Parts: sequence; structure tokens; C-alpha cells
Amino acid sequence: MDQHFARTEMLPPMTPPITERGAVKWLRENLFSTPFNIALTLFGIAVIYLLVRASLPWWLNSVWNASSLSECRQIVEAAAGTGATGACWAMIREWWGAFIFGFYPPDQWWRPILAFGFLMAALAPVLFSGQTRNLTIVLVVVAVFLALTLWLAGTPGIAFGLAALVVIGMLALAQVQPGKLIWFTLIYPALCFWLLWGGSVWSPIVAMAGFGVLYVVFRQASPFIGLAPAAGAGVLAAVLWWLYLDKALVDVLHGVVPLALQSINSDQFGGFLLAIVIGITGISFSLPIGILLALGRQSDMLIVKTLSVGFIEFIRGVPLITLLFTASLLLQYFLPPGTNFDIILRVIILVTFFAAAYLAEVIRGGLAALPRGQYEAADALGLDYWRAQRLIILPQALKISIPSIVSTFIGLFKDTTLVAFVGLMDPLKGVTQIVRADINWKGIYWEPYIFVGTIFFLICFGMSRYSMYLEKKLKTDHR
Amino acid sequence: MADAAKMQVSDEVAIQITGMNKWYGQFHVLRDINMTVQRGERIVICGPSGSGKSTLIRCINRLEEHQQGKIVVDGTELTNDLKNIDKVRSEVGMVFQHFNLFPHLTILENLTLAPIWVRKVPKREAEETAMYFLSKVKIPEQAHKYPGQLSGGQQQRVAIARSLCMKPRIMLFDEPTSALDPEMIKEVLDTMIQLAQEGMTMICVTHEMGFAQAVANRVIFMDQGQIVEQNEPKEFFNNPKSDRTKLFLSQILGH
Repeated sequence: MDQHFARTEMLPPMTPPITERGAVKWLRENLFSTPFNIALTLFGIAVIYLLVRASLPWWLNSVWNASSLSECRQIVEAAAGTGATGACWAMIREWWGAFIFGFYPPDQWWRPILAFGFLMAALAPVLFSGQTRNLTIVLVVVAVFLALTLWLAGTPGIAFGLAALVVIGMLALAQVQPGKLIWFTLIYPALCFWLLWGGSVWSPIVAMAGFGVLYVVFRQASPFIGLAPAAGAGVLAAVLWWLYLDKALVDVLHGVVPLALQSINSDQFGGFLLAIVIGITGISFSLPIGILLALGRQSDMLIVKTLSVGFIEFIRGVPLITLLFTASLLLQYFLPPGTNFDIILRVIILVTFFAAAYLAEVIRGGLAALPRGQYEAADALGLDYWRAQRLIILPQALKISIPSIVSTFIGLFKDTTLVAFVGLMDPLKGVTQIVRADINWKGIYWEPYIFVGTIFFLICFGMSRYSMYLEKKLKTDHR
Repeated sequence: MADAAKMQVSDEVAIQITGMNKWYGQFHVLRDINMTVQRGERIVICGPSGSGKSTLIRCINRLEEHQQGKIVVDGTELTNDLKNIDKVRSEVGMVFQHFNLFPHLTILENLTLAPIWVRKVPKREAEETAMYFLSKVKIPEQAHKYPGQLSGGQQQRVAIARSLCMKPRIMLFDEPTSALDPEMIKEVLDTMIQLAQEGMTMICVTHEMGFAQAVANRVIFMDQGQIVEQNEPKEFFNNPKSDRTKLFLSQILGH
């Protein structure tokens, strides 16, 4: 019998059976796959139900308008019956200034607001280098945010105008030469310092000029005495500049052009202003220091290696609080008498060192994960050590370490609340304590912590999402 | 295949190694190596694994340090002086077994990086050179892809092009086809043969005996860190002198 068979038409695809698609498949696979899983699912649903039943009324009965905790409670009981509980967010309404700015004088609030807006504008060129579209989005958001908040904070007209000029200028530059925006990032630290602490406009400018001195000395000296000694000479010159010339020069310049903002003392800083100042400064300085430490630890030069290892192990081996106490108490003894070294600056330095030591180890992991072949290929092409590191090794090592680096950053940002232990007014303990000592709000418990926790969560979640975006953007290995 | 006789060898010395010894700790990896490579020579080094052949060519661009003896490359002696090392490395191209392309850069960036940063060539010119060599290894259309998107054979050809962009006077190949599928070996060997025909001074560590017969003007057999035998390919394959070479050849050609 003839058994030949040849298909002339291909069968069209059929839809999978109901148990293999959509929600049914997902439920079967994830929630009800085995008796044990079914039990776990039911248990989970029960727990969620109990939690919601216990807390939902508290959230639903929230009160936003009241002048004291007892008034809150009366309103809740009037609305929901005796014995009902409700959140009293009215406290936040009354105290939000302290949560955000600490004791920063309210008529000067526009300064930290402006510094914050500019911070976003200064971060954008780093986070989205050269991407005109993202830069424009960030700058427009900054412009809207600043226009609104500066107006609400009663900003002096001149400051408002200057801020508008800066943002519009940056927006224009982003369209033509987005790469050039990085210059704003470079001058931002001085600008931010001046805005926040005030004083003569000349002190940040002269202090920044110290870096100029460093660079000029380095450039002039390097052809004669080599790179490393020239760098040392540059640093020495800059330190001398800061120690001896700085103050006199500021006085002279200030005498000629007396342009100044009202001086604000460090003990008036508090709340999220303090947390963000310490956190952002720590994050931006700990990364380069961490990279240098990681490279130092791998170095063939014995002294560099020993110093790096010693630094990393010492800092990692000591609790952060110990370092903070060192910052607030011990450092004063070691410094020459008469130097008034600002407490926030001291804390920033030690928080930076702390994070840098952790980052160094994280980055070392990234360096170790690179195949030896990458180093060899860079060597074989004739790239010298620093170029090989900058162009070949670090871009890959840092990419591998992004998740851990961002974890360290998030940890650093949350650890800024520990400055409460050296008497600074952090948002979590410092400000909350003051609120709860207020006679009107005595006994309030959950609300301030939930409020502060939520803001911390938003910031840290943002960092985490950015790191995922970055990982995706840098993913080129196509594995 | 290529006609070996056509390829000119000049009497100018490209590489001179005299009395070279190397140890890894107590282990004596290279023993009393003496060899001279003239400009335009194509040398194939073969030998069992662990015989020190890779280590030998890695000493020529100082990826490995030697402890005794003298290596002179293009008139520059390799010492601890970093300037000499950088000079030699920019004159000597190297192709690795595992390609070692930079995965975070596109093919074009892989090719232009060293010319731009080491040779200080303007970017546009470096890109033109890169495209020229990419066409030469027959993959100009891959210029804007990343190494991870290419096949092994294509990656190795990119690696060869990357070395050529530095306009080297000497090329070292460290088992360039050992990590490739059989189908891809040919495309890489064709590129190498083409290079040999253009008069490039080459030292290849390889087990591709067909390649050795086609283009090499000298085959060096190494065992236990020593040069056991060297001869021109015809003599080497048809009339090996030492027993060790005979054994090696019977194993490698026997199946």
C-alpha cells in the first residue's frame, strides 16, 4: 500500500488550553501548585486580611486639621465613634518646616530650596551624561519646582531672577552642547556651600581657587619632577593656600566687593536638609576615594598597599558611631588650637571615609571579577596603568559593582540619621524628639516616624531604580 | 594556498633572544632560550601543553618578566624601564586565545582606543584606519556592534584588526584558533595567511600544522621549557631529528 505523505499546508498555531494561559496559569503555577503552597497562600491571605483590618481604620480616619493631639482624637471620635483611632497628620502640617529644614530661619528657606533645585541640575549631567532629552526633562522639572517653591518661600526678587537665569541658561546649553553642563556640576559644591551657610561670596570662590592652585602647580611642576611628586607639590601648595592665604584674601576681596548672605550656623541645620547635605556630599566624595583605595589595595607599591589596607580595615572594623564621636570630640584635641572646624564638615569627612572603605571592598570585588585577559589586552596595546584603569578596567569593574555600590550609598544615606548621637538634629530622632516634646503633640508616636520613613523610602527607592536603569543602559555583554 | 617562497625575509634582525631563563617561583619554565627572528619571518612554535611556548612569546612583549638573559625587540632591550616596555608594546601586536576584546566598547571603539590614547591619532583618522582594517578582515558591517554579539571567529578577526590598527612591526599569536569551532578556524587562518603574504613578521603559537606548512618559514618545537628542534617546515614534518619531535608529530598528525 502506498504510504507516502507530504504536507502541503502548514497548520496555523492554536491558542493554548485555558490552564496554560493568563491569570489561571499564573495562579495555578504560583499560588496553588502543591498542597503546601495552597496552605501557604491561604495563610498569607489571612495575615494580610488581619493586618488590613487592624490598620485600615487608622489610615481612613486620618485628621489633617487640628492644633493638638487631643483635638485630633476628639475629631476622630466624633466622626467614627468612641474608641476609634485615627492618624493625626495635622502634626506634620504644623511641624513640616522642622522636618525639612531644622531650625533654619524661615525667611531664609529659599536658600536650601534653591540649593536643592540646583543639586538636581548639577546631578543631571553626571547621571544622564550627554543625553539631551533626559537632561531637558530634568531641567524643566527643576525649573517648575524652583519657580513654585521659591515663590512660596518668598524669595527675594534678585535671587529669583538669578536662579531663573541659571536654569534657562542650562536648558539652552543642554540643547547645544550637553557635555558642557558638567561645569555647573564642578562649581556646584562651592555654590551650595555659599547658599546654605551664607557669609561672604568670596570664601567659597577663594576656597575653590585652591584647587586651581593645585592644578597650576601640578601642571607646571610635572615636566620637571614627574607626575607623583608634582601631585604632592600641588596638594601642598593648595593646603598652604587654604591655611594661610585664604582668610586674608577673603577679607581683602570682601572689603572691595562686600557681597554676602546672612550667615547661618551649623547648629541651625536639621531635618532632611542635614540628611541630604551629609548624604549627597558623602556619596559624591566616597566614590572617588573608594576607587583609589581599591586600586591602592591592589598596588605593587608596598607603602601604598599597606596604607590602603590599613585604612580600609581600620574604618571597616570600627562602628560608625565611634567615628562620629571621634568627629565631635576627639578631632578637636588633635587640631591646632583656635581652628574652628565645623561639626557638619567633620561629620561629613568621617561619613565619607566610612563609606569609602566599604566601597573600596565592593570595587575590589568588581576588579577581581574581570578576567586577566582584559588587563593583558590593555597592556599589550601599550596603554599605561592609569589609562588602562580608566578606559578598560574601571568602566567594567564599576559596572559589575553597581548593585553593591548603590547599596552602600543607600546605607550611607540612611546612616546619616546616626548623627543624632553627636547632637545634630537628624530628621528621624532629632526632629521627632522635639515634636514629641511639644506640649500640644505629646504622646504622638507613629505619625512622625511614618512620615520620615516614607521620605527616606522614596529617596532610597529612587536610587535603587536609577541603578537598575544604569545597569540596563550599560549592559553590552549580551549574555 | 600561499607560496612561501614568494615571501621575502630580510636579514635585518627583529627579535634577538639570548640565554633567556625564566622561573615561576622554584619552577624553571624557560631554559636557556636562544633565538633570532629576522624581519619578515613567519615562525610557528608548537609543542605539548606546558612546554612554555605561550610563556615564551608573552616574554617578547613583557606580559611576563624574564629573570636571566637578554631580549631585544626592534633594537630596544626589555628591562624594567617602563618607557622601553611601552615602546616595545606599541610596536608589537598580540592576539590572544580568548580574543580579549573589551566587552563594554563597540567594535569600532575597540579598534580606535589604543591609536587615540597611545599614538595620539585624531579620532576621525583612527576611525578611518579602523574601518580599513575591518574591511580587510571582512567584517566592516559589524563596526557598531558589541563584541558579545559576534561569533568567535568574527571576534578573533576583530582582535587581529585591533592589533593591526596600531601599525605594529611584529605580530604575536598565542593559540589564536584554539578556542574556536572548526568552521571558524578557517576564516581566522585565512586572515593570518593574508597577513603573512604582506610580509608581516609573525610568531604564532599554534597546532594548525596546515598553517605551518603553508606560510611558516621556520617551525620551532618546544618541550619542558626548551627549544628541542627548529627547522624549515618541510624538513621538520618529513624528517624530524629528535625522538621527542617524532612522538609529538605522530600524536598530532596520527589521526
